[in-house]
Amino acid sequence: MSDTTNSLSYVRKEMLDQQPAPRSQVGASRWIRENLFNGWFNSILTLISIFVIYKVLAGSLPWLFGGVWDATSLEECRAILNERFGNTHYACWAVITERWNQLIYGFYPDTEYWRANLAFVLMLVALAPVLFDAVPRKLLWLTIAFPFILVWLVWGGTIWGPLSVAVGFALAGLAFKLTDALDSMAVSAISAVIVAFLWWLVIGPIIVGGLDSALPVGHLQEVESRELGGFMICVIIGISGIAFSLPLGIVLALGRKSDLFIVKTICVGFIEFIRGVPLITLLFTASLLLNYFLPPGTTFDLTLRVIIMVTFFSSAYMAEVIRGGLAALPKGQYEAADALGLDYWKAQRLIIMPQALKISIPGIVNTFIGLFKDTTLVMFIGIYDMLGLSNAIRANAAWNGVYWELFIFIGLVFWICCFAMSRYSQWLERKLRTDHR
Amino acid sequence: MKKSVFLGALTMAGLAAGAAMAQDSSTLAAVKERGMLKCGVNPGTPGFAAPDANGKFVGFDVDVCRAVAAAVLGDSEAVEYTPLTSAVRFTALASGEVDMLARNTTWTFSRDVDLKNTFVGVNYYDGQGFMVPKDLGVSSAKELSGATVCIETGTTTELNLADYFRVNNMDYEPVPVESFTEAQTQFLAGACDVYTTDASALAASRASFEDPDAYVVLPEIISKEPLGPLVRHGDDAWGDIVRWSLNAMIAAEEYGVTSANAAEMANGTDNPEINRLLGVSGELGAMLGLENDWALNILTQVGNYGESFEKNIGENTPVALARGLNAQWTEGGLIYSPPFR
Repeated sequence: MSDTTNSLSYVRKEMLDQQPAPRSQVGASRWIRENLFNGWFNSILTLISIFVIYKVLAGSLPWLFGGVWDATSLEECRAILNERFGNTHYACWAVITERWNQLIYGFYPDTEYWRANLAFVLMLVALAPVLFDAVPRKLLWLTIAFPFILVWLVWGGTIWGPLSVAVGFALAGLAFKLTDALDSMAVSAISAVIVAFLWWLVIGPIIVGGLDSALPVGHLQEVESRELGGFMICVIIGISGIAFSLPLGIVLALGRKSDLFIVKTICVGFIEFIRGVPLITLLFTASLLLNYFLPPGTTFDLTLRVIIMVTFFSSAYMAEVIRGGLAALPKGQYEAADALGLDYWKAQRLIIMPQALKISIPGIVNTFIGLFKDTTLVMFIGIYDMLGLSNAIRANAAWNGVYWELFIFIGLVFWICCFAMSRYSQWLERKLRTDHR
Repeated sequence: MKKSVFLGALTMAGLAAGAAMAQDSSTLAAVKERGMLKCGVNPGTPGFAAPDANGKFVGFDVDVCRAVAAAVLGDSEAVEYTPLTSAVRFTALASGEVDMLARNTTWTFSRDVDLKNTFVGVNYYDGQGFMVPKDLGVSSAKELSGATVCIETGTTTELNLADYFRVNNMDYEPVPVESFTEAQTQFLAGACDVYTTDASALAASRASFEDPDAYVVLPEIISKEPLGPLVRHGDDAWGDIVRWSLNAMIAAEEYGVTSANAAEMANGTDNPEINRLLGVSGELGAMLGLENDWALNILTQVGNYGESFEKNIGENTPVALARGLNAQWTEGGLIYSPPFR
């Protein structure tokens, strides 16, 4: 009935050209109106905020960017500022440039800085295959070798020492494999431990001594633990703590959920004891009280003691984080693993852990970040980390009175490290997301 | 497996403790075997102990450590410096983490007797003072009633402060701080009206301020603070070595032996006391269990008391302290060494 060719048309036949949207509805002006001046109350808040931000920036930016970068003492720095601006309300970054090496390497011998740098670069390369699966898998060999390379590079001495420790691990692995036929986890584990300790305590030292005198290759100048410091000691303690606490945390979490009474009791006791004690107490124990128990004259490396305590501390937290991930898994996953006929370890490795760890990523990274920042506590037991050095630098007459510059610098360094960890964990979460929310 | 490791560790700890009881512990032997003296210092007070730009420790307390190292090991650089806070210093000494403390520590009865330390002498006579901003309009400590006071915890100054205010019927509000640095920042930020600590530290602190003239150090000195090196109870031979290393520096100043002329004087002088000190005659070194040139090593490598004072905290340094009580007894001060005989 309708006749579309009817000349009396209600409907426009040719379309009008598209008009630009009103200016108030597009682009920046719309964004500003919607987000900043949406109603009188929000407008007032916006104006106040702009004023506050302006005040803060006007106060801090000249201070930050007008600073002096080249002076050898606070006095000289202030003299330069007085000459340049007529007052001293500017930063004195010269303390960072003058003490840069100390803040980064502590008291490490300056001819040996290349070793610390090399170790740092190797650390990044060794971490790459662990962090990103696009990196060639062959690099994992470097990751396995890295702890031994690190010890050799940083502390120096003969290369045979770390190699011998590595051989001990290899022998333990071999013993584990050989006794695999007995089909008993306990027997394999115990024999591996016995073989390893036999090597480390009895056979290894003799061979190392012999090799060192016969083949003195790869002998680096020895550096003592007390000479380590600054950012370097934070990285060494932080990375070792992170690397050791994750596996230890997994073992503790599994132990806590175990049906074996003794294993469970030990794990619960360990976790609850460590979590109930502040880290600083553990560090004091490591640095002061341990000496009461050791025979006089024994030196048990302080850095090693600290790494052990930090690892214990964060592994207890790690265990609880991972237990949270385990608890979040539906029971069906455990039953499915049983139904497939997997034994305990296979079920953990193939079904349970991949899911539990994925759930726990935010908590795990949270613990890592906390651990990394906690490394600054070592200044209380006489290790010169960056914060400890900032005190020491101020105690020098030349720089007595410098506060903010050092604290801002240290804060920035830590922020960069922790922010990087946080971004990585978010990226990893997105990559591993398999649900369809 | 975990359990066996745990038990193993316990057994080891037990054996080790047993061994510790059995073994005769001589600090001197331990230091010689290690080839390194472990010295607890306080990196916080300018001029007394701090690493310089090259990482080398310098300071007035550091020189005492260096003197002992020079006497025992013949090398004043063979020292491992451990920074210690006020709160942990005695524990660190008692546990053997350090061999001696040279950490501006006040010699008091209870620290000497109850905490089982042996103070071997005094290298700086200090006293507690007050610093206030000039605008506070205060000219005497007696006018400080009701003030907020920045005070380092775990120190004798904390106790002196309480005594002083109680005796004078005044009240105050403490702002506890952990270190010299924190105290300075808090004081400059106006978190407290008054900053109290040893007068030497106050002077050093004021010298570092942007505007030193805006602050005054009040005239009252409310306590005696004899600062000196100390060792553990129970090893008198080691205590003697530290005591006489300090005395050697003091005596050398009195007799005019300096780092410049010590080597020359070691060829023999007319003064028998100098001869004994430098090991030209007598066997003083052997009595301490050291080489006979022990004091010569101290003087050539570290210098005498006066040289150390001038170099680190004297009037030509930023710390700018006058000798005052710390002048030799011959010049009206309290610095006095028993005779080397």
